[in-house]
Amino acid sequence: MQKPSLELKGSSFTLSVLHINDADLDGVARELDDKLAIAPQFFLGAPLVINLSAISNPDYNLAGLKDLLISRQLVIVGITGAPSAIANQAKALGLALIKSGKQSQTQPQLPKTTKIVKQNIRSGQQIYAKNGDLIIIGAVGNGAEVIADGSIHIYGSLRGKAMAGASGDKNAVIIAQNIDAELVSVAGQYWLTENLQAHASIKSGCIRLDGDSLTVEALSL
Amino acid sequence: MAQIIVVTSGKGGVGKTTSSAAIATGLALKGHKTVVVDFDIGLRNLDLIMGCERRVVYDFVNVINGEANLNQALIKDKRTSNLFVLPASQTRDKDALTKEGVGRVLEELKQEFEYIVCDSPAGIETGAMMALYYADTAIVTTNPEVSSVRDSDRILGMLQSKSKRAEEGLEPVKELLLLTRYSPTRVATGEMLSVADVEEILAIPLLGVIPESQAVLKASNSGVPVIIDQESDAGKAYSDAVARLTGESIEMRFVTEEKKGFLKRIFGS
Repeated sequence: MQKPSLELKGSSFTLSVLHINDADLDGVARELDDKLAIAPQFFLGAPLVINLSAISNPDYNLAGLKDLLISRQLVIVGITGAPSAIANQAKALGLALIKSGKQSQTQPQLPKTTKIVKQNIRSGQQIYAKNGDLIIIGAVGNGAEVIADGSIHIYGSLRGKAMAGASGDKNAVIIAQNIDAELVSVAGQYWLTENLQAHASIKSGCIRLDGDSLTVEALSL
Repeated sequence: MAQIIVVTSGKGGVGKTTSSAAIATGLALKGHKTVVVDFDIGLRNLDLIMGCERRVVYDFVNVINGEANLNQALIKDKRTSNLFVLPASQTRDKDALTKEGVGRVLEELKQEFEYIVCDSPAGIETGAMMALYYADTAIVTTNPEVSSVRDSDRILGMLQSKSKRAEEGLEPVKELLLLTRYSPTRVATGEMLSVADVEEILAIPLLGVIPESQAVLKASNSGVPVIIDQESDAGKAYSDAVARLTGESIEMRFVTEEKKGFLKRIFGS
């Protein structure tokens, strides 16, 4: 197969950001020259993002600033934090509008969905509640597995395996009407039958993380 | 409407074939036209238990492959009218069963019979899956011991996910528990799981409890379904189970230890 002549890939770079605090171009030019004098090689051809969040005047002379920086051999990648009027100027000058990490919108959290199963979970069956809690109205048999990213509630006997907080939620709990499990785990910390037998007096209860170790407490269900 | 009953268990050696033969015979004795189908391709046993091994000419696989028609393969039982046996092939393996082929044969049997009893092979592979796929009712045969109970639990999971009724979202397969080789004496001493223990774990209705009995081995070896032997506990227990299957309500027998009389205690049974 022929190799494609271009590819689009995402990468992140660390760029210097030049904060402009004063609209007066002459003052900026003076201070900039002083800075450049300290380490001329370092700034030669350096890519810069200009932060204009301190500039409120919509008629700010962005073109003048651009010329000023270019004359000092600096390369402007784009501007950030600018009010919309200046942003339009930037577009006209062919400068990119860049959102900094903090400004960029985070992915909206997926809504939590609870999974309810109204039957006995038989040996060999596996139920997984992704991104949410799992509620079983029935028993979980020996050799059956119930897994949830959130908490697990079992209104019946837990004889098989139950794994809550499967994607790392340390606040997840396992609640069962009758704990007789092969294995219980919360956020990766697990107990086998023998660990549970130390708490055999507790029939119905809640298994949760206390710090880094599991604990079981009685509940009257 | 014809009913397809699968006798299944997951584990081997718990009494599926014995139960299939007894239940099919029991249904026929009650006047229902019944056929019992051996799904254990390659390990044919049902014909021995039914005492018709010398009369097998064509088998289930021949019918599926169109090498024989159903009437050629069906063996009429000599003792019980209304009862027919469809034997398995001894020379083939489980892969000879296809969903389409089995469906076609069962559909044809439904036209003629009231009850179609499917004797499932052990395991959870093709053979067992084919036997349970078309079932309306499942009789889960279980011995009162932990490995058998767990395997039954597994099969119940399969019935709930892999049967035709489950796949098509119809009314689920009716699941019934048949506890076999039960010994009240050993339950009393704590060696064996009790009826209540098994019922609690499997959580399905109890069809019957068949006591451990010398009569079963004797019946198997002589090719007579044990239900015919109405002198034996096992025979009576199977009759009760068949009656419950057809909707009668009968109290469970043989679940508690027999009280030995004074003389019996002195002179032994």
